[in-house]
Amino acid sequence: MKLRTMGRHFKEAFKSLVRNGWMSVAAVSAVAVTLLLVGSFVALLMNVNKLASDVENDVSVRVYIDLAANEEQQTQLGEELEKLEAVETVEYSSREDELQQVVGTYGAEFDLFEGDDNPLHDVYIVNTTTPQQTSAVAKQAEELEFVSQANYGGAEADKLFKTMENVRNVGGIVIIALLLTAVFLISNTIRITIFSRRTEIEIMKLVGATNWFIRWPFVIEGALIGLVGAIIPTAIISGVYIYGYEVISNYFVGTYFSLLPVNPFLFQLGAVLLAVGFVIGSIGSILSIRKFLRV
Amino acid sequence: MIEMLNVSKKYPNGITAVNDLTIRIEQGEFVYVVGPSGAGKSTFIKMMYREELPTKGTIKVGDFDLVKMKNKDIPYLRRHVGVVFQDFKLLPKLTVYENIAYAMEVVEKNPKIIKKRVLEVLDLVNLKHKVKMFPNELSGGEQQRIAIARAIANMPRVLICDEPTGNLDPETSWEIMNILEEISNRGTTIIMATHNSQIVNQVRHRVLAIDNGRIVRDQQEGEYGYEA
Repeated sequence: MKLRTMGRHFKEAFKSLVRNGWMSVAAVSAVAVTLLLVGSFVALLMNVNKLASDVENDVSVRVYIDLAANEEQQTQLGEELEKLEAVETVEYSSREDELQQVVGTYGAEFDLFEGDDNPLHDVYIVNTTTPQQTSAVAKQAEELEFVSQANYGGAEADKLFKTMENVRNVGGIVIIALLLTAVFLISNTIRITIFSRRTEIEIMKLVGATNWFIRWPFVIEGALIGLVGAIIPTAIISGVYIYGYEVISNYFVGTYFSLLPVNPFLFQLGAVLLAVGFVIGSIGSILSIRKFLRV
Repeated sequence: MIEMLNVSKKYPNGITAVNDLTIRIEQGEFVYVVGPSGAGKSTFIKMMYREELPTKGTIKVGDFDLVKMKNKDIPYLRRHVGVVFQDFKLLPKLTVYENIAYAMEVVEKNPKIIKKRVLEVLDLVNLKHKVKMFPNELSGGEQQRIAIARAIANMPRVLICDEPTGNLDPETSWEIMNILEEISNRGTTIIMATHNSQIVNQVRHRVLAIDNGRIVRDQQEGEYGYEA
């Protein structure tokens, strides 16, 4: 296409945006509200996802070593554990370390179990390559010599994995539904601006303008509406997220939980929202002009 | 050259507007299409610029086969066939100049050529002095002349006029007629549907009388033939 023609299309698009002032504002608002919902939902979902995977990654198998095992046997068990399939790391934690943790969590009263009174076992903490493999690894570990018990989150962990999968699926469906709504809103608005220009389109068709020549200004108009409509929710979500991130992060200090960091998450989210606005704006226009281009 | 072979057009509502019609119009001819309302004149004319597609038969306009052609090629046919309507169809927010230039812009003509050609066709319809006016500041006859200027701006081989004088008083109608004659003399085929018996009877050209979707009379230098 000629550069001059493209310039004309942009000029026409801007003219139409200005001429249909309030309609444009309405369309931009509609997109903004929809994308605000989509964006907030995505931000929420991705963080829930992040927290869930934090939990998932924290799921490990605790292999309690038989009290009868001597040091050599313990080392041997450690090596055997490392050889198991799907095992990523094996970490040793002595009964003294374990007691320290209990004391740290539940308080100094547990001090009195120190030394020979310590009822705890030495432990191997086994991390698997994927969280889903924990139960299988636990079963295998239990069959090894000098293992008194191998625990993992068990049913709790399995339940969490299932729930997370559901949350992801439902979230995906909700987001798609919201996006379709946005396409519908934009195409309706563009339809009105097209309707007010149907004589122009009729004349263009009569004198032999190609369909894409007629379509371009509307597509640009829709894309601009979508873009501007995306900037607003991006700004709002960014502001809220930066504030919320600081507040919530305070509660997570000292845990293995964390929210997605502002950088790069907000940039990614913003880029996605702008791209989505751009695309649904263009698609909305193409959809609504289709009827008018039929001869 | 326009050629229709055994063309029929049946609308989805069951009405047969054109029934097994065959006609040949040579390049440069001036043809009146007459007949009572609802006889099929409009459908006949609309099929020539592919506003309507026949249900049977073949239509050729110049090198274009209107039945076989793809939808995406329609714009290129339209550049060879200008159309003028009873209700002008000018854009009210554009000036006379812009209205005509618009038709050339949308087919991506060079701005220099547009400027030259717009003034040329305005000269032809004798409205060069109203170039900056808006359509609502012009009389009906002047608006129709602008519409004609726009229709010929892209130099079509064929000019189709659907009752161009339908909304105009007799005197203005003659002005329009003179312009069409002038365009015809320059080699453009003109097909004009009309109810204006005076014009048909005084400025003699080939007459196609259509009734019930068929050509009932095809006469060189014919007369209107209906009671006005």
